[in-house]
Amino acid sequence: MTEITSLSLFELIKNIKEKKISSNEATKSFVDRGEKSKKLNVYVTENFENCLKLSKEFDNKPNFDLKLPGIPIAVKDLFCTTDVRTTAGSNILNNFIPTYESTVTQNIWNEGGILLGKLNCDEFAMGSSNETSFFGNVQNPIAKDLVPGGSSGGSSAALAANLTPVTIGTDTGGSIRQPASFTGTVGLKPTYGTCSRYGIVAFASSLDQAGPMSKDVKDSSILLEVISSFDKKDSTSIDFKRNNYSSELTRNIKGLKIGIPKEYRIDGMPDEIEKLWKKGIEYAKDCGAEIIDISLPHTSYALPTYYIVAPAEASSNLARYDGVKYGLRSSGKNLIDMYEKTRSEGFGEEVKRRVMIGTYVLSSGYYDAYYLKAQKVRQLIKQDFDQAYNKVDAILTPSTPSSAFKIGEKSNDPVSMYLNDIFTVPVNLAGLPGISIPAGVDKNNYPLGLQIIGKPFDEQTVLNIAYSMEEKINYKNNITDWWMK
Amino acid sequence: MDEIMSKNNSEYLIERNDNVYEVVIGLEVHAQVTSNSKLFSSSSTKFGAEPNTQVSLVDAAFPGMLPVINEFCVKQAIKTGIGLKAKINNKSVFDRKNYFYADLPQGYQISQYKYPIVGEGNVILDMPEGQKQVGIERLHLEQDAGKSIHDIDPSNTLVDLNRSGVALMEIVSKPDLRSPDEVNAYIKKLRSIMRYLGTCDGNMQEGSLRADVNVSVRIKGSTDLGTRCEIKNVNSIKFMQMAIIYEANRQVDLIEEGEEIDQETRLFDTKKNETRSMRSKEDAHDYRYFPDPDLLPLEVTDEFIDKLKSEIPELPDDKKKRFIDEFKVSPYDATILVSDIDTAKYFEEVVAKMGKNRDMKLAVNWITGELFAVLNEKNIEIAQSPISAKNLAKLINLIKNGTISGKIAKTIFELMLDGDIDPQIIVEEKGLKQESDPKALEALIDKIINDNREKAIEYKQGKEKLFGFFVGQAMKASGGKANPQLINEILKKKL
Repeated sequence: MTEITSLSLFELIKNIKEKKISSNEATKSFVDRGEKSKKLNVYVTENFENCLKLSKEFDNKPNFDLKLPGIPIAVKDLFCTTDVRTTAGSNILNNFIPTYESTVTQNIWNEGGILLGKLNCDEFAMGSSNETSFFGNVQNPIAKDLVPGGSSGGSSAALAANLTPVTIGTDTGGSIRQPASFTGTVGLKPTYGTCSRYGIVAFASSLDQAGPMSKDVKDSSILLEVISSFDKKDSTSIDFKRNNYSSELTRNIKGLKIGIPKEYRIDGMPDEIEKLWKKGIEYAKDCGAEIIDISLPHTSYALPTYYIVAPAEASSNLARYDGVKYGLRSSGKNLIDMYEKTRSEGFGEEVKRRVMIGTYVLSSGYYDAYYLKAQKVRQLIKQDFDQAYNKVDAILTPSTPSSAFKIGEKSNDPVSMYLNDIFTVPVNLAGLPGISIPAGVDKNNYPLGLQIIGKPFDEQTVLNIAYSMEEKINYKNNITDWWMK
Repeated sequence: MDEIMSKNNSEYLIERNDNVYEVVIGLEVHAQVTSNSKLFSSSSTKFGAEPNTQVSLVDAAFPGMLPVINEFCVKQAIKTGIGLKAKINNKSVFDRKNYFYADLPQGYQISQYKYPIVGEGNVILDMPEGQKQVGIERLHLEQDAGKSIHDIDPSNTLVDLNRSGVALMEIVSKPDLRSPDEVNAYIKKLRSIMRYLGTCDGNMQEGSLRADVNVSVRIKGSTDLGTRCEIKNVNSIKFMQMAIIYEANRQVDLIEEGEEIDQETRLFDTKKNETRSMRSKEDAHDYRYFPDPDLLPLEVTDEFIDKLKSEIPELPDDKKKRFIDEFKVSPYDATILVSDIDTAKYFEEVVAKMGKNRDMKLAVNWITGELFAVLNEKNIEIAQSPISAKNLAKLINLIKNGTISGKIAKTIFELMLDGDIDPQIIVEEKGLKQESDPKALEALIDKIINDNREKAIEYKQGKEKLFGFFVGQAMKASGGKANPQLINEILKKKL
């Protein structure tokens, strides 16, 4: 029999429901493998003991009607979890233990999921390589010293290394899809307003969205069904009828129109990405989809727009970390001195950089030229998609302009780091759903992903296309467990 | 002092050398919305609770906490807007005003900057020289901050977040006010309107009503606005007036000395009676306002607004007009009666209880005279009046129908204070009913004339002043119960 840890979520649930595997057995397997995988540095906080205890409790009184019956799940350390430390990858929240639960994680526990631990991420989700975390780099299980992507790098690495059956990340500019792409896994960013932001440490409120990360598309559909909910505690949460994504999942996408935006063919894009994209188009055709060339004319403005809007919101969202109420407090001569010392010591370089950019673009005299202009461009980017969706049902692009890079390779070059998000940020700016699925490898055998972008609230079509293409692509990660040797 | 203040009007002018200056004042009033819970959280807003006992995770800005608008506060703001005869905006936007302070947990205040919920309106002031209209620029909703306490611990500042997140309405006037008297009238009128609406209790001691006062001066007759200074957070009308007088004179002195006025924020020191610079324009905060991405724009339909309009009670201006038209009350009395909603309610109840044969003049005099005196003396509000409207109406009716005299009524009024006793019962128990039987009074007067024959003769010879003596004797003999009108008539006849 296959090892428990390499089962998909769907298979694991099936085995637990059929009583072939107990929740406690499953939990033990993930805990054991976690213990042997410390080198990957995926965990900021392990919840192993409590998870084992709760799995036993589940087995004593099982409820197989739940969607995640006794399933241990590790989550990104950006979700607040009651009585379990929540750091957002930052020193400033190093000692922070919430008394409350995020809506998304609560939805998981309500369906029988059990918290395995809190996964490493870029500090306040600001980064594309997990290198900005206060808790150190995360190793990509694909190869030594390779970044797992970011900001949900601990999540993608844990998933690819079979340390959790599924996980959840957050995606502000690509933080689910890019790490999924870098680790040969699936990551879905839902439409803005689908998953509640309540209890998620905020980075950029108008862009942040939680979503599932999994080993295959079906698993993402199961998890999305659980985490997606209307929540009165989040004023931007949207009350719409949610699909039963997993039971409505189908490989029949015949006749669907898929757009190929010419503006995503950027200068200097590696050949292998171009080839991957072409291959993806062929797969989509094989699945019965119709391919249509489209234009998203404002694409080139997306990245600069994003790097104004996101830091602006972040600079304000992070003002609450001031040493007064919770988290780190450095002593100072007076209030201002205390603020300066706390925030200097509490925040890392990338966070400081973005707080300063954000403060700058909102400053009087610069607001109109930067923030206001960016908001206008954001509207234009949204309109691009609206117009495209008059012609097509979904859009196919590469997930990232390159495969995973080496730790340290880009950490001194923020702009080159930011370029990683070039294909993912327009989706956040327009509030659309997007999924990254593994679609091939580069010359080093590092995974590459394709992105499918959908209409607002049309996660089902996105999932169906991904599910259908996934079968044709038939991608398998080749993980050697090198870190255990 | 050089300022000249006319007794007959509320004008405030400052004379220096040969120049006459007028003062231009605009107010930003912060009125706490009457609401059980805060603007974006469900915490209680009750005043006077133990520190940090009315604080939710949202109020303390814990990670991942999100604001959710309290619909009741929105209704209160719209009602207030309607009371100010202002334009209600169908769409308004909450912005973040960013600054660091220990009692501002989020590091920003959620306020409305570019798109307030209420636009232009106006307020009518009743000044001695006539009515004056003051323009309202806007009204917007915002969160209050917490409270920093510097004087409990010698080396630390303590923070109480009970107030953090409480809903405030900031009501910004146009620079239409010209004197401390007008400021007094304006604040009282605003307070009155909001108390009628039930949207703000106007309690200045508890900080429910505070104001930032913008003051500038200019040569009288000029239409240009001078450079203004903003005096922050003044919490009583008296202090506002003192601050304006100090500040206006300070500015005039500077101008007369040929100096420039710096646009700055100042604080009023109530002990020294002076304003002091807090920060100059150069040091002014850059608040980096931007729309709060945690909140959608606030949209209200015309139907929603119309429904609130239908719930608006009669407001002071309309009530005053009705009191004059319907009850024939003088404009002066009407202004006094409507200025406070509880006084107006009391008066209307007295009127209702007096029934058909009502006497408005008596009612007004008893309320604004005897009753107000008692309330003042006891330092209580009319809502806590020791005499109910019902019993006061009875007392007035007893006077009106001749059962008791006005003088006896005063005695009865004193007795009524002890437990709101029915005046009818007092009259019966103490036998204070007025003697109105002409035969009995005639007998009483005959005896008095008989006993004072010499004085009666003097009176007949022309010493008319003695008439009062006979009235006094008759009242005394009747124990004060004799009907004074009858006494007069009978005396005139018999003497």
